[in-house]
Amino acid sequence: MASKVLNYIPKKSFIHELSGTTKLIIFLSFSFLCGLSFDTRVLLFLLCMSFLGFALSKIRLSEIRLMSTFLVVFIIMNAILLFLFNPEYGPELYGSRTVLFHVAGKYYMTMEQLFYQFNVSLKYVIGFPIAILFISTTNPSEFASSLSSLGVPYRISYSVSLALRYIPDIQQDYHEIAQSQEARGVALGKDVKFFERIKNSAKILLPLVLNSLNRIDQISNSMQLRSFGKHKKRTWFMKKKMTKADYGVIILCVLIFVVGLIITNQGGNNLYNPFLR
Amino acid sequence: MEPIISFKDFSFQYTAQKQPTLKDISLDIYPGEKILICGASGSGKSTLGNCINGLIPFSLTGKMEGECIVDGISTKDSSIFELSTRVGTVLQDPDGQFVGLTVAEDIAFALENDCVEQEQMKKQILEAAKKVSIEHRMANAPYDLSGGQKQRVSMAGVIVDDVKILLFDEPLANLDPATGKSAIELIDLLKKETDTTVVIIEHRIEDVLWKKVDRMILMDDGRIIADLRPDELLCSDLLKKHGIREPLYLTLLKYAGVDVSKTKGIESINELCLNEDEKKKIVSWYAAQNKENRSNDNEVILKTVDLDFSYETGDQILHGVTFEVKKGEMMAIVGQNGAGKSTLCKVICGFEKASGGNIFFQGKKINDDSIRSRAGKIGYVMQNPNQMISQAMIFDEVAMGIRNTGLSEEEIKEKVYATLKICGLYEFRNWPISALSFGQKKRVTIASILVMGPKVIILDEPTAGQDFAHYTDIMEFLKSLNEQGITIIMITHDMHLMLEYTNRSLVFTDGRIVADDSGSAVLCNEELVNRAALKETSLFNVALSCGIKDPVDFVDCFIDYDRRERAHGE
Repeated sequence: MASKVLNYIPKKSFIHELSGTTKLIIFLSFSFLCGLSFDTRVLLFLLCMSFLGFALSKIRLSEIRLMSTFLVVFIIMNAILLFLFNPEYGPELYGSRTVLFHVAGKYYMTMEQLFYQFNVSLKYVIGFPIAILFISTTNPSEFASSLSSLGVPYRISYSVSLALRYIPDIQQDYHEIAQSQEARGVALGKDVKFFERIKNSAKILLPLVLNSLNRIDQISNSMQLRSFGKHKKRTWFMKKKMTKADYGVIILCVLIFVVGLIITNQGGNNLYNPFLR
Repeated sequence: MEPIISFKDFSFQYTAQKQPTLKDISLDIYPGEKILICGASGSGKSTLGNCINGLIPFSLTGKMEGECIVDGISTKDSSIFELSTRVGTVLQDPDGQFVGLTVAEDIAFALENDCVEQEQMKKQILEAAKKVSIEHRMANAPYDLSGGQKQRVSMAGVIVDDVKILLFDEPLANLDPATGKSAIELIDLLKKETDTTVVIIEHRIEDVLWKKVDRMILMDDGRIIADLRPDELLCSDLLKKHGIREPLYLTLLKYAGVDVSKTKGIESINELCLNEDEKKKIVSWYAAQNKENRSNDNEVILKTVDLDFSYETGDQILHGVTFEVKKGEMMAIVGQNGAGKSTLCKVICGFEKASGGNIFFQGKKINDDSIRSRAGKIGYVMQNPNQMISQAMIFDEVAMGIRNTGLSEEEIKEKVYATLKICGLYEFRNWPISALSFGQKKRVTIASILVMGPKVIILDEPTAGQDFAHYTDIMEFLKSLNEQGITIIMITHDMHLMLEYTNRSLVFTDGRIVADDSGSAVLCNEELVNRAALKETSLFNVALSCGIKDPVDFVDCFIDYDRRERAHGE
């Protein structure tokens, strides 16, 4: 079986008990606020909340090791590249320049750049756990129903569910096709040059696509024969009923979102500028 | 009584086709009947089914003439939704119709679409699941289920809606023999419990007739050829004439000179009751037979010793598999789905790495050879040709395996042409693959493996889903390859194939070889048949009832005789 990078980790916790709709609202409001705001105070607050959520979910760091490692590597890479490409963006943004030390050539480390990059990294540190949290505490079966309850037409939201259902099948297909192609000289191993590998992967694509089209035909027949699309609405077997906790959390989310936006836009822009004198 | 399904002078032509697929169909099916619609591929039997469930004309469009009335409504004035509450359809591939992420969700699917409330839904799906005994697996995902279990889920998913008609489109195509048998039993049980009308579309009639059927409709070329009671149809020679394989016991009785129209219970091996005179005829037919010698004293070409295989997760799939294959053999690997048959072949071809034991090819250990270098010795042909074909043109597809091997374009051409000639595809060499039929595509995939010059080829389910004519076509082709010296190993669920075309069968259960014997010996061993989820041959039952002491020899004699007869007929 293919290893799962991101998946649902069933547990009994406050976060798991919340309905998918609520978790989707948390996810959306936090990501938006985190994306819009450059206000360090708001970001720090969101960081606390996202760590709190993580603690509540009872998901252990070891269960998401792969993703966390990826996150750390990504943040470091991102920070280095940001600095290399535009070391003067921080001073420009904050309107002042406090040099800490000279790195090399035109590269100077400034307080402002450091602070700017701290904020950017903060966004990732908030965003990733929230995404992971959402995915690993929401039963995939509930996914579609939560999308639909936020007003996404069920034909679209059901396709999410179908995709989840068929991803393992298609992975399996890919694996088998790749093996049979390899037997006929299409090299896909690690010792093959990157470009060659891409070119060879394309040879797997045709059979994979043909097979998948065949599948789609069958599924759509089967779905129609069981009345998919009969009414404007449908009910969901796996939908969780909204509880008091859900409403509480949603109200809290909306509050945080609104207050966060107000604080962010206080100074006329979305920056919190400690360098302003 | 009013018919529940009624076709009146009905014709249908798909939009993309030049000829009508159904012609002048007039047919009445009455409430409570159990009907078997049979016919070769392309006879129009599945199209007829699609007219009943409303896929035609609402999803598959075309020109419709005449009338099709289902439960009092004319289908053309109805909708697929209205029809789906009356007709429950179980499609061929249990995997492809599993839309939910778990069993419970899949069964609930029709109810969800009908806006049933959650509480009510839970009650109804539990009830439906109990009827097909799948209630203990409600939270399982499709890949945790066997093919038979998936099919049960599909059945639950349609009976949950309280339909009046159950329509099964080739329910046996993807199941192992024992599961197929229990599927037929379950359909029979469901019919009795739910008081529905049942329509089964299938060309493997011996398996369907395991349980009583009221009427059989034989189709060919879009027309109804016969609409008769099973015993009447079996006694005629219509089945053979229209490309359907007769039940083996029936063929045997005919060979023995029994007047089958007088035989009691001819419609099912379950009911068959031979009188003394008929038994005598069979015994004397048997006495006149002599068996061909099939022993093979060639050198060993492929050997595995104590082969183990485990997944990283720790599930052990193969346990100490040891066997030998002699040069020029044509053998079968049989056993339940998931018993390790495919895994064994993948380990032999190097797709998966053995966790213990050795593989020898012509005496040389090949454990550490790459996939590519093993492919020159042992070829692997997958079940579904669409999974193998990656080029648009036949020539390129077949040439692919020998490109980049240092051969000149001229040499490649020569080899490809030679292979295409062996496979009877030479005249199509410049054709696009998309213009070929399924059987021809299968040949192309075999050609694309053969071109690399393997001495052994392994085929996964070479005849799955094929009707008798295509089955014979593919198998005769493989036999001719075998006669040219290629050793052939086939993974199969087809007991006929195993009897007719192999000299030896390896029987697998739970990753172990439990028998290594001739097909006839395997299928005459009741204990083994049950253990490995196979299905005994009806010839064995006849041999027993006639008091024949050596049923294995009896079955072998029949197979030899039948082969000669068929070769004669052609």
